[in-house]
Formats: sequence, C-alpha cells, structure tokens
Amino acid sequence: MNEQLWTKAIVMGSSAIGAGLAMIAGIGPGIGEGYAVGKACEAIGRQPECKGTVQSTMLLGCAVAETTGIYGFIVALLLMFANPFIGKL
Amino acid sequence: MNLDVHGARILFQFGSVMITETVVNTWIVMAVIVGLCLFLTSGMQVHCRTKRQIIAEFIVKKVNAMVGENMGEHFLQVGYAPLIASIMGLSALCSLSSMIGMYAPTSDLSTLLGWSLMVFVLITYNKFRAGGPLGYIKGYFEPIPVLLPFNIISEFATPLSMAFRHFGNIASGSVITGLIYAALAAASHALFSLLPGALGQVMGQIPLLQVGIPAIFSIYFDLFSSCLQAFIFCMLTMMYIGSAAEG
Repeated sequence: MNEQLWTKAIVMGSSAIGAGLAMIAGIGPGIGEGYAVGKACEAIGRQPECKGTVQSTMLLGCAVAETTGIYGFIVALLLMFANPFIGKL
Repeated sequence: MNLDVHGARILFQFGSVMITETVVNTWIVMAVIVGLCLFLTSGMQVHCRTKRQIIAEFIVKKVNAMVGENMGEHFLQVGYAPLIASIMGLSALCSLSSMIGMYAPTSDLSTLLGWSLMVFVLITYNKFRAGGPLGYIKGYFEPIPVLLPFNIISEFATPLSMAFRHFGNIASGSVITGLIYAALAAASHALFSLLPGALGQVMGQIPLLQVGIPAIFSIYFDLFSSCLQAFIFCMLTMMYIGSAAEG
C-alpha cells in the first residue's frame, strides 16, 4: 500500500473514533432530561390540576437541556459525512 | 449493510444559483399551506356553520392565546401571531413531509439558519425599540464591562443554538430511520436465508422484516418529534423576542 492510502486510512479511522467519542455527549442530556421528567412527574402527582402547564414547561426545558447533546451529534455527523480533514490531505 | 445518508440533492442550476431539493420541497409545503388556508377560510360566515370554519377559528384562537400569554398584549396587536403561526405550520409540515418519503427541508441546516436569522433580526430590532441605540450598546456591558466578549458570543449563540437544535432533532431522526431500515434488511437476509433450498435463496433477497416495524419508530421520530420541534421553535422565538422587548 502506498503512503497516500495509509494517510487517508489513518485520517478516516481517527475520524470514526472521534465521531464515536463525540456521541458521549449524549450522556449529559439523558441524565438531565430524566431528572427533569422525574421532577415533572412528582409535580403532577402533587398538583394534578397543573398538568398542562407542567407538561409544556417540561418539554421546553427538555429541549433546552438537549442542546449540548445536539452539538455532539452535529460534530459526529460532520466527522462521518462531511469530513473536513480528508480534503486537506 | 448499506446505509445512505446524504444532504440535499441539486436539482437545477442557473449559473451560480443552485436549486436544491430543500428549496423545491419548501415550495411544495408552502403551496400546501396556502391551499389549506384558502380551503379553511373559504365561505366564512358570521355564525359558524361549517366544520372547516370551526377548525380555522380554533387555530387562530389558540395562536392568539399563546402569543398573548407568552409575549404580552402589545405583540398581539402589532401582529406577531401570524408570524408565529406561519413558522409553526411551515416547520411542522416540512418535518412531517419526510413521512411520505420526501427529503424534509428541515433536515437541511440552511433552512433553519434562515429562520433563526429572521429571529435574530427581530430580537435585535426589539432590543433597539425598547432601549434605543444607547440602551442596546449598554446591554453588552452588563452586569460588568468585563463580560463584553461573552455577551457578544451569547448574542450569536441564541439563534445558532435554535437552528442547531431543530436541525439536530430532525436529522438524527432521519439517520436513525436509515439505520433501522439497513439493519432490518440485513436481519431479514440472515433470518430467511436459513430456510432450506431455493426457497431460502429467494426469501433471503426480500427484506420482509422492513414491513411494519419501522412504522413504530416513525411514530416517535417523525410524528412526535416533528410537532414537538415546531412547538419548541415557536416557544423559544416568542420567549426571546418577548424578553428582548422588556429590555
């Protein structure tokens, strides 16, 4: 195998590992959203008449908490399908 | 297992202007929305008699109530309710169009960046209107002047994170749907190839497991996620603009 191919193989392999590592960011939103939903369930259990407000506030909070995970996902997507490093070889 | 994840395809090209799938599908969705509006509002009467007038009045009332509650009465009179309703309708129908096999315009980052640019302009305009040019500049030096760089970053991070959030949710849905299809094709090939003789060879080529199973995941990733993201984008738009006007 020539040198060019080796370099490309190393870059692609490293990018795949990087994409996998970037998805570790999914842990944070998972814990955070689970906590938020748990608290919302408690609130609904305590005051069932506030169900609508609690639900919509919880969904909005979950969406905001999700942001960091989404950033990780976008980095993974970039590394997998629009790799900026291969073009620089 | 062959997985194909691609961006928007270029359909036509006029010089340097490229007309992609995103643009064409957005036109289709816009035409559908215009048609829906014309259908719902045709033959309106003072006393509500038809089902479609009830639906139209319900939508308008809901959006007015939402804008009045989250942004205040002033914004309702200036006319932000049609803006919010059109963003929500466009976003929801664009995302839902992936259910009939179209390339969803919302899984292209450009669409969302365009929308969030509009939100950014509105936020800046409302900040100017609330405090004047001096108040706007002063807002960057609060609470202490050292925080100026961070305030500038957070000014740009707001619309960017809105765009990324919506894009990430819809795009992750389409990636996961693609993965499920590819995995089911591989699984059914492995499973039905176990059948003896020529039957196994024929059955192994037909991805029978792809029937029905992806629909269950599609309920969450397409139906629920699309409507939720449309709602969240609108809620965040209203809250950011509302809080910008308070100064």
